[in-house]
Parts: sequence; C-alpha cells; structure tokens
Amino acid sequence: MSGSYYVPPQSKWPALGSLAVGVMMVSLGMQLVHGIGGLVMTLGMAAVLTVMWLWFRDVVRESRQGLYDAQMDRSFRWGMGWFIFSEVMFFAAFFGALFYVRVFAVPWLDGEGAKGVAALLWPDFTASWPLMNPPSESISGPREVLSPWQLPLVNTIFLVTSSVTLTIAHEALKEGYRNTARNWLIGTILLGVCFLVVQGIEYYEAYHHYGITLQAGIYGSTFFLLTGFHGAHVTIGAITLSVMLMRVMKGHFDRDDHFGFEAAAWYWHFVDVVWIGLFIFVYVL
Amino acid sequence: MAPKLPPRLPPQHPLEQAGEAAGPAGHAEAGYHHGPKGLLRWLLTTNHKEIGTLYLIFSLSMFFIGGIFALVVRAELFQPGLQLVQPEFFNQMTTMHGLIMVFGAVMPGFVGLANWMIPLQIGAPDMALPRLNNFSFWLLPVAFTLLLSTLLMPGGGPNFGWTFYAPLSTTYSPPSTTFFILSLHMAGISSILGAINIIATILNLRAPGMRMMDMPLFVWTWLITAFLLIAVMPVLAGVITMMLLDINFGTSFFNAAGGGDPVMFQHIFWFFGHPEVYIMILPAFGIVSAIIPTFARKRLFGYASMVYATSSIAILSFLVWAHHMFAVGLPLVAELFFMYTTMLIAVPTGVKVFNWIATLFQGSISFETPMLFALAFVVLFSIGGFSGLMLAIAPADFQYHDTYFVVAHFHYVLVPGAVFAIMAAVYYWLPKWTGHYPNERLGRWHFWTSVVGVNLTFFPMHFSGLAGMPRRIPDYALQFADFNMASSIGALLFGTSQLLFVWMIIKCVRGGEKAPAKAWDGAEDLEWTVPSPAPLHTFETPPRFQHQEH
Amino acid sequence: MRKLPGGVAAIGGGVWLTFSALAHGWNMPLGVTALSRDIHGLHMTIFWICVVIGVVVFGVMFYSLFRYRRSKGAQASLFHENTKVEVIWTTVPLLILIGMALPATATLKQMYDAKDADLDVMVTGQQWRWHYEYLGEDVAFTSNLATPRDQIDGAAAKGENYLLEVDEPLVLPVGRKVRFLLTSDDVVHSWWVPDLAVKQDAIPGFVNENWVRIETPGTYRGQCTELCGRNHGFMPVVVEAMEPDAFDSWLAERQQAAAREASGVDREWAMDELMSRGQQVYESICASCHQVDGSGNPPVFPALANNPALMAERDRHIATVINGVAGKPMPAFSSSLSPVEIAAVITYERNAWGNDTGDSVQPSEIQARLE
Ligand code: HEA
Ligand code: HEA
Ligand code: HEC
Ligand code: CUA
Ligand SMILES: [Cu+2]
Repeated sequence: MSGSYYVPPQSKWPALGSLAVGVMMVSLGMQLVHGIGGLVMTLGMAAVLTVMWLWFRDVVRESRQGLYDAQMDRSFRWGMGWFIFSEVMFFAAFFGALFYVRVFAVPWLDGEGAKGVAALLWPDFTASWPLMNPPSESISGPREVLSPWQLPLVNTIFLVTSSVTLTIAHEALKEGYRNTARNWLIGTILLGVCFLVVQGIEYYEAYHHYGITLQAGIYGSTFFLLTGFHGAHVTIGAITLSVMLMRVMKGHFDRDDHFGFEAAAWYWHFVDVVWIGLFIFVYVL
Repeated sequence: MAPKLPPRLPPQHPLEQAGEAAGPAGHAEAGYHHGPKGLLRWLLTTNHKEIGTLYLIFSLSMFFIGGIFALVVRAELFQPGLQLVQPEFFNQMTTMHGLIMVFGAVMPGFVGLANWMIPLQIGAPDMALPRLNNFSFWLLPVAFTLLLSTLLMPGGGPNFGWTFYAPLSTTYSPPSTTFFILSLHMAGISSILGAINIIATILNLRAPGMRMMDMPLFVWTWLITAFLLIAVMPVLAGVITMMLLDINFGTSFFNAAGGGDPVMFQHIFWFFGHPEVYIMILPAFGIVSAIIPTFARKRLFGYASMVYATSSIAILSFLVWAHHMFAVGLPLVAELFFMYTTMLIAVPTGVKVFNWIATLFQGSISFETPMLFALAFVVLFSIGGFSGLMLAIAPADFQYHDTYFVVAHFHYVLVPGAVFAIMAAVYYWLPKWTGHYPNERLGRWHFWTSVVGVNLTFFPMHFSGLAGMPRRIPDYALQFADFNMASSIGALLFGTSQLLFVWMIIKCVRGGEKAPAKAWDGAEDLEWTVPSPAPLHTFETPPRFQHQEH
Repeated sequence: MRKLPGGVAAIGGGVWLTFSALAHGWNMPLGVTALSRDIHGLHMTIFWICVVIGVVVFGVMFYSLFRYRRSKGAQASLFHENTKVEVIWTTVPLLILIGMALPATATLKQMYDAKDADLDVMVTGQQWRWHYEYLGEDVAFTSNLATPRDQIDGAAAKGENYLLEVDEPLVLPVGRKVRFLLTSDDVVHSWWVPDLAVKQDAIPGFVNENWVRIETPGTYRGQCTELCGRNHGFMPVVVEAMEPDAFDSWLAERQQAAAREASGVDREWAMDELMSRGQQVYESICASCHQVDGSGNPPVFPALANNPALMAERDRHIATVINGVAGKPMPAFSSSLSPVEIAAVITYERNAWGNDTGDSVQPSEIQARLE
C-alpha cells in the first residue's frame, strides 16, 4: 500500500452517530419544552458516547494495523487543529458578549457613552461591574460576588499545574518512558478532577450563599455561560485524557507516533488557556 | 512568461501518468467496495463521490421545499388583502423559506460540489477524513427533519425571520423555538465538521507537485470558504446557545431589564451572518472562474489577483457586519466605520468581475448551457452587488433598510448568483458524474425561462422597496399592487422552470450523448483526466502534477 | 447565435423598465425635509454611478461575447495577466468610492445631530401600535391601525389609504426641530416615514434618538419596518404636520382633554359607562393578542373568555394588567393607559363574553394601586 492514502471502508458509525445526536437533541428539546424526555436524553447521550467509542476504536485499530501513513497523520493534525480553532471561536462569541455588556450595554443603561439616553428608562439604575443591581427591580442581582483569590485561584493553580504535568507526561512518552508518562498523566487527570470538584463547590456556594444564579441578571448569565461551558470542556478533556491513559497503559503509543495523545494534549492546553482568559476577565477584572 | 497552452488545441494533460491514474479504477471497485449495496450503501458510504451525490440530492430537495414556501409567500402577496394564509403562518413561511434556502439548499449544494470535485481537482483519492464526511452529511437530514417538524408543533414553527432577532425569538417566540435552536446546532456541527474536512483535504492531499498557487480557483475559494465557516459557525452556535438560555433558564443576555441588550444579539448574529453570505458566494466565484475560461478557451485572466481578491473579501467580511444594523441606533463612529469597510468590498469583488471579462476578451467563445448560466451570473450578480453598494451608503440605507429593496438585493446575489452558479456547475460537471452530456435543448429552455423568471420576480422588488414597501408583511398598501403581481407571476414562472432542471438531470443520469474524459474541449483541470463517468475510486495512487509556468 | 440579441434585449428591457418606473414615482421619495433631499441626492448619485459602471462593464462584456464568438471563427489570444490594467481597475473603483463616501459622511453627521430640539416626542413601539408622548406637555396617546377588518379580509372595498391609516396620527409642527426618543415595550420595532427620511429602530430597554424638521404641512404615512410578530404588517405610522400656530392650539386642546380625563379618576363611574369605555380600550389595545371575542391564541396568548380561574381572582386580574407578566409578551399598562382606561378595560373583561362577575372596578381603586 505504499504511497497511497488509506480510505476506510464503509462504516456504520457516522450514520448511527447522527441518529444518536438526533435522539439526544430531540429529547433535550422535549425535556426543556415539555418537561419530559429526561430518560431518553440520557439514553441518547449514552448512545452518542457509545458510537464515539466504537468509532474511535476502529480508528485506533486501523492505526495499530499500520494502515496510516505520515500523510494520514497530517490529516488528523489539520483536523484537530481546525477543530480547536472552531472551539476558540465558540468561546470568542461568549467573551465578545461579556465585553459588549461590560463596555457598552451596562454603561449606556446608566446614561454614559454614546447611547446614554437609555437612562431615561432606568432613572434609578447605577452601573457597576459585577452588576449587583440590574436595571429592573423584577430581577434581583447577586448579593455578593466570589473573590478571585480563593477558590478561583486554587482552580487556576490546578489547571496551570495540570498543563505542566501533561507536558512532562508527553516528554516522557517521547523519550519512551511509558510508566513515567502514565504516572504524570494520572496526575494530570486528577488535577482536572480536582478542578471540577472545586468548581462544583463554587457553583453550590454561588447559588446558595451568594445569590449568583442564572436568573440574577447579566452578571449571573455571563458568569455561568463562560464558566459552565469551560467546565464542560474540562470534563470532555478529562475523559479524553483518561482514554489516552488507557492507551498508554496498553502500549498503543511509541516515541514518535502518538498523535492521539498529542491531540488530547492540545485540547487540554486550549482549555487551560481559556481558563486564564476566564480568570482574568470573569473573576479578577 | 510564455503562456503554456496553445489556443484551441486541447491543452496537454498536466499529468504524466493520467491514463494510469484513471486506469486502475475498475480493479479498485472490486478491491474494497464490498459492503452492502442498495440503500444501506448510501447510508454507510465513505466515498466522496457518493457523499457528494447525497449532498446534492439533499440540496435540491431543500431548494424545492424552500421554493414552495416562497411560492406561498408570493401567492399571498399576489394581491393586497389577506387571501390564503393568516399572518402567523405567513411569518413562518418567510422564516422557513429563508432558513431552508440558506442552510438547506445553498450551503449543502456547495458542499456537495466540494465533495465531488475537490478530490478530483487536486488529485486526491478521497476526502481527508471520509467517515467524518459521512457524519457531516447525515446530520443534515436529521437537523432539517426536526426543523420542518416545528411547523406542526403547537404555536407553530419559527416566525421571527431567518435572522431571529431577540426578543421576538426569545421571550415572544413559540415553544417550538427550542427545537429550532437544537436543529440549527446540528446543522452547524455538520458545517463545521464538513469545513474541517475540506481544509484538511486541500492542505494535505494535493497531488505531489501541486502547489497552492496551482490549485484551481474552485479549490481556492472553497479553502477560504471553509475557513470562514470554521470561524463563524461556532459564533452562530454561541448566540443560539444564549437564546436557549434566555428562553429556558431565565438569563438576561438580550434583556435590558437584567443588564443585557437586544442589540447584542444582532451584533453577534451578524458577525456570523455577514461572512455567511460570502460563504454562499465565494464557491460560486470559483465555479464561474472554472467555466468561463473553459468556454472562452483562454486561460483565466489574473489567477493570482483572483486569489488575493478572494482572500481580501474574506478578511473584510469580518469587519462589516453592522451594515445590517445601520438603523438600529449605532454610535456615529461605528456607523462610519462599517460604512467604509462595506464599501471597500466592492474593490476586490470588482477585480473578480473585471478578470472574468478580461478572460472573455479575445477568447474563442461558445455558449453551452454551463456558460450561459455563468455569464448570467456575472451580469446579474453584479447588479445585486451594485444594489449592495447602494445599501452600504449608510444615510441612504435608512431609507432602504427592511424594505423590498433589500429583498431585491439579496435575491439577485443569491438566486441568479449562488443558485445559478450551482446550476452552472451541475451542467458543467454532469458529464463527469454521469458520463453523459446534459441535453442542450432542455438546458437552454431551462436557462432562458429561469433568466426571464428570475428578473420578473426580483427586479420589480427594487421599485416596491423604493416606493416604501416593508419586507416581511403579509399584506400591503394599494400602491404596491402592480409590481407585486409581476413578482408573483415571475416566481411561478421561475419555480415551474425548475422542473425542467430536474427533468434534465434525470434524463442525463439515464442516458444521453456519451462524454469523453475531457468533456469540454477548453477544460483544463485534473478532473478531466479521469474517465467519464468518474469511477468510484480515482487517484488511488497520487498523480504527479506538473505545474504550469505563470 | 440567437442568444446574444436575446441577452441584449433583456438588458435593454430592464434598463427601460428601470427608468420608466423611476420616472413614475416608483423611486425613493424626495421628502419634505432638507435631510430627506440630501439622502435622495445620495441615492440618485450612487445609482447613476452604478449605471455608468454597469454600462461600461457589461458593454465590454457583451462586445466580447459578440465579437469573439467561436462560431465566427474567433481564435483565443494567450494573454492572461497585465499588471497595469489590474492596478488601474483596483484604484479607479477605490477613488470612486472615496468620492462617494465624502458626501455620505457629511449627511450622516447631520442625521446624528439631534441636539437643540424644540420639541421632544417619545415614541414607544408596542405590539402592534405606536404610543406617542409629548415630553413635558402632559399629552400622550396611542395610535392604532384604523383600517377595518372587512377591508383586509376582502369583505369590503379597500379604501384609498388601506393599511396606512390610524385612529390618532402623530401631530407635529412644521419648521420646528422635533427630536424623537424611540423605545419599545416588547420587541424591536422600527418607526419609518419615507417622506421624513426617518427610520429608527425602537429597542426595548434602550432609547434611540432621531430628529426631523418638516418643511411642508401635510399628512405623511409610513409603517413599522422591523418584524415584530403577527401584526407587523398592520402597524402604520401617520404624521400630520401643521403650521406652528395650529399645532400649538391642537396641543393646548389635548392638554385640556388630558386634564379632564385625570379628574375623572375621583368620581364614581357607572357600570355601563365603564363597559363602553372598556370595550373601546379593549378592542383597540388588547384584542390584538387576546382577540375581540376574548378567545386569545393559546398556548402563548391566554383566553380571557371562559377563564374561571381569572374571574375568581379579581386582584390578580388587576395586577396583571397594571404590571404585565415579566418575561412574557403581556405588557405592563401602568404607564401607557390612564387609571380610567385600566379600570374600564378590566371591568369590561370581567363582564363581557359571558363573563358575568358583575364586578366593577373603579378608577380610584386603580389610582390607589398605582401609588
Ligand atoms: C451571496 C450573498 C450576498 C452577497 C455576495 C452580498 C454582497 C454585498 N452586500 Fe448584501 N446581503 C445579503 C447577501 C449578500 N450580499 C443578504 C442575504 C442580505 C439581507 C439579510 C437580511 O436582512 O435578511 C444582505 C443585506 C445587505 C445589507 C443590509 C441592508 C439592510 O438590511 O439595510 C447591505 C448594506 O450594506 C449589504 C451590502 C452588500 C455589499 C456592499 C455587497 C458587496 O459584496 C457587493 C460587491 C459587488 C459589486 C459592487 C459588484 C461588482 C463590482 C464591480 C463591477 C466593480 C466596480 C463597482 C463599483 C466601484 C461601484 N447587503
Ligand atoms: C439562497 C437563498 C434563497 C433563494 C434561492 C430564494 C428564492 C426565492 N425567494 Fe427568497 N429569501 C431568502 C433566500 C432565498 N430566496 C432569504 C434569506 C429571505 C429572507 C427571509 C426573512 O425575511 O427572514 C427571503 C425572503 C423572500 C421573500 C420576502 C418575504 C417577506 O419579506 O415576507 C420573498 C418574496 O417574494 C422571496 C421569494 C423568493 C422566490 C420567489 C424564490 C424563488 O427563486 C424560488 C424558486 C423555487 C421554487 C419555486 C421551487 C421549485 C419549483 C417547484 C417546487 C415546482 C413547483 C410547481 C409549480 C410552480 C407548479 N424570498
Ligand atoms: C402583546 C400581546 C398582549 C397584549 C397587547 C395584551 N396582552 Fe394580556 N396577556 C398576554 C400574554 C402573552 C399573557 C399571558 C402571560 C402569561 O404567560 O402568564 C397575557 C395575560 C393576560 C391576563 C392574565 C390571564 C390569565 O389567565 O392569567 C390578563 C387579565 C390580560 N392579559 C389582560 C390584558 C388586557 C386588559 C390587555 C389590554 C389592555 C392586554 N392583556 C393586552 C399578551 C398580551
Ligand atoms: Cu412593529 Cu413591525
Ligand atoms: Cu452583509
């Protein structure tokens, strides 16, 4: 097969995958609109995960059988790279919303800036960020906001450290020290899990003691939008890394051929960078 | 700088081993096409040609569904007064028409062409990630079934326009909006994955020896389109996610009472939306840049400047979004900034138009159906571009905005623009797909009825708009009656003439004059080196591409 | 080659159609303000620029198509590049555009200069009517579509100003600078009168400014131009421009009427008085969502007829009308209706369409609630 690009034979995973995504989406909609469909939704999500599992298992097999050449490897690299770019743009939309609200909308409502006449409608409103008192009294803002220097700082340390440990694992893999790689990878995943636990605590605190909720005006909205989708990405990243851990232990990777691992690492670093942005713009500033 | 190709002679194959590359097709078919046949084969396929065909069929079906919705709109607008439908339903028809045409007909149509032709044009055996390719496709029928089913839900389907401005689409929307959002999420995932695949294919699977600046322009324009898709579809996903939260979880993104802003919705939407309209035209530029040189039997004028112009359009497209929002109350500086950047886009687009015309100049021109569509594209797209430029003049846009003048503008760039380009591409590449030439007589009938129909439908809209008719209204004042009647008659003519298109395709699939590998004597690109119809597997061994002197 | 003449004929026909249509008034109106004329001028300038460019570009194109037909034995040349012409056709359009941008910028700056107005009018979009308030003058009213339903349904002949007529037009003085402050109670609307060259979105929760100085008295008609739901097509704008004197006396008259209305709050209203006033308010305001017969349009717009739960809760009924329902289309009427109107419409709802609670709600009760 030398010099030729591997084209996989027919596969049922794509079609089943889109069906599973369809089931998941429809039942999510049923749940949101009519309050029924939770069970189906869980099943749909499980189906999506199963299909992904089986699909990637095929990929791994093909890779292990040596069907992939360097060109295939590059396809995967481009694919993953552009996928991460799309994720960057997804978060860019959310950051854009945050900046727009902070720089334009909220000051305008208080009478500042080019569109300050809006204050006519909200005579009692005073702009601030974090926005503690939304313009309308029907929406009650947060009572207090989280200090960046407590849990969020801890989480920053967790994530930054995890990027370092992951890099060490990667270097170890490149040098062929499989056990070392495994240990550092386990450390990375644990740091990720710690992050998620702390975020869980933080959400609990936010809801129960600080009055930061989704309904608490634009501060709560942007806060949960950004941190929530970031948290979801950490979860996905941790799952991916766990799969890589299994593959490391099974000895799937060798020194210079371990793109699966690298892809997961890229993703993890991307999630980390997003967190830095969050830490600065959502918590500190 | 000696041009390589002698005039009128079939250009020499840029391949050293063209015959060989095409030859092994037969054995490949036996080689690994051993899976199920029949329907299941289409469901499970990983072949770029089969997936391309699926996309094209899907696109055509959606074009018909969206077209029927448009006909409902036009029928109601035939006369003043409410005759056929109630305003609620009218709004759903307008909305669904826009959504289906944009996301269901034009975008998948271009992706289908990309699937079929990009591997053939760059000498690749398939798309870079074939299974992902099939996944991208099959998400679409699922997404659009869900979207169409919202019409049957209590409270009806989306009725807030294809631009779904908040808070009409959040607080004031029917319950089905959640399903609308989820279906758009699926269509968006499909687009993103499809675009990733196209980029990876183009960057990584070119035949050895083919440099970027050797790629046919269809490939170039698609490369840039795919980049735009990856950059803006996630932004659309982001904004509809915020809508989902506003609707279902009480957040305040688009609600001033909580500190948000309805106008923020429009900013994020159009940050996606404006590049989106170029997503619907750049591949068309690529198609026209392939067809005009073929039938003028002359090399494309200004290849490099075409590439630069396309890139400039793409870059500028990120900086112009608020020209859709001139009347929304932007600060003056913003208004000026967006006016200037928008006007700038006319420059690179003009370069393209001039290049096409310079290609025609001193050519040796014949007028087969694909060429007719391509030429009509150049003229009618430009007319749409001119009205676009008028819209870009912010003070004047206060008068044009949200009137039928805008409707006229975008149908000129979309129907005789994007849709004509897709049709031109179908006529141009059908010989490659089916091995038969399309019936020239039918093609001409289709072309002329379409040209007349399209102009009769959309030209009068300029005037109804200038005279003051707002868009998205089911009923109108008496002074708009005449031109609306003309539009409705034109729409029926244009719609009916599309039946000729379908008939032509069916005939061509079933038989017709046999086409050789190089179906058009002026055609140059790699796809014309493989047999017609193209065997299921091509270029399994990469061909060696010999670049031409520029 | 029969197609070429065909193409030329089609384009010729199009050009002919364009000019005759524009000449017959199917063009942007010249309007009755200095700015509207400037804008019209910009429009015609850019239009002619496009026509000239189009004629030149398509002229060369059709010449080439005709001259270099293969059927006439044309041989293709070899050139495919020429830096000089490419530079020319990049810079010339750029210069044309700069030439266009300059006057456009000047006009835009004027449009944005809403300072030093003689009169401020707050324009509030509501599904599906306009509410006008003369700021500082104690005059406010809503302006509803006046075209009868029969005409829309084709049961009666359509009048001259079909769909462009309202019960109460916005009255403005000529010669004075009037500033509009636009906002909305629900979704985005857009207030447009072509002859005044004012089109401005009304954004809920925000305020936009625009202004006008009308030169000629007359009646100017326009429409809402932002999709705002079901009756978006039935939300006309009518402006009546009067000489300043006439305007001032009109305004004084309205102020007196408003004062009379305010004094009505204190007295006891009879049931039939409330009912007839209530019906009037209901049909002009509430019926667009809840329907004339109170049947609503579930699931979004609840029925008010056959709604025993609501009839049982008089208090909630009153509170809903005053405060609206947050996060739902039901607007708060505390500011856009007077206490008399609120009392009347609630009384009406509680006694119409078979709702026979016999309750009457007095304006004084509403007044007390509002304070
Ligand atoms: C394929 C899709 C497509 C394309 C290519 C374009 C191209 C352009 N569009 Fe259009 N547009 C839409 C699809 C498209 N548009 C849609 C769908 C909407 C409405 C959305 C909605 O509200 O629903 C819209 C709306 C829209 C608006 C908002 C109007 C309003 O709502 O008030 C504006 C305003 O500036 C605009 C401008 C332009 C410009 C300047 C171009 C330019 O790219 C055009 C450039 C081309 C030329 C100018 C012609 C060729 C050039 C020459 C021959 C060179 C010499 C010319 C000169 C120097 C004049 N468009
Ligand atoms: C690529 C995109 C695309 C395409 C191809 C079209 C194609 C057409 N569109 Fe448009 N349109 C939009 C994109 C597009 N449109 C968008 C984005 C909007 C804005 C929506 C919004 O405001 O939110 C819009 C809005 C829009 C309006 C304004 C509605 C309103 O403001 O209320 C109108 C009105 O005439 C219209 C008409 C048409 C017509 C007649 C066609 C025709 O070209 C369609 C022709 C096709 C067919 C008719 C189907 C095929 C034929 C048959 C099925 C045979 C039928 C048999 C018989 C006739 C016997 N469209
Ligand atoms: C723009 C549309 C709209 C208009 C105009 C409107 N309503 Fe409503 N109304 C609603 C909606 C939507 C609801 C349901 C709110 C909810 O979901 O609780 C509602 C609810 C109500 C209710 C409570 C019904 C119940 O069973 O809970 C009353 C009473 C009512 N409206 C009265 C009025 C009156 C009186 C007017 C006019 C002065 C009016 N409405 C105008 C949309 C409207
Ligand atoms: Cu109000 Cu449209
Ligand atoms: Cu645009």
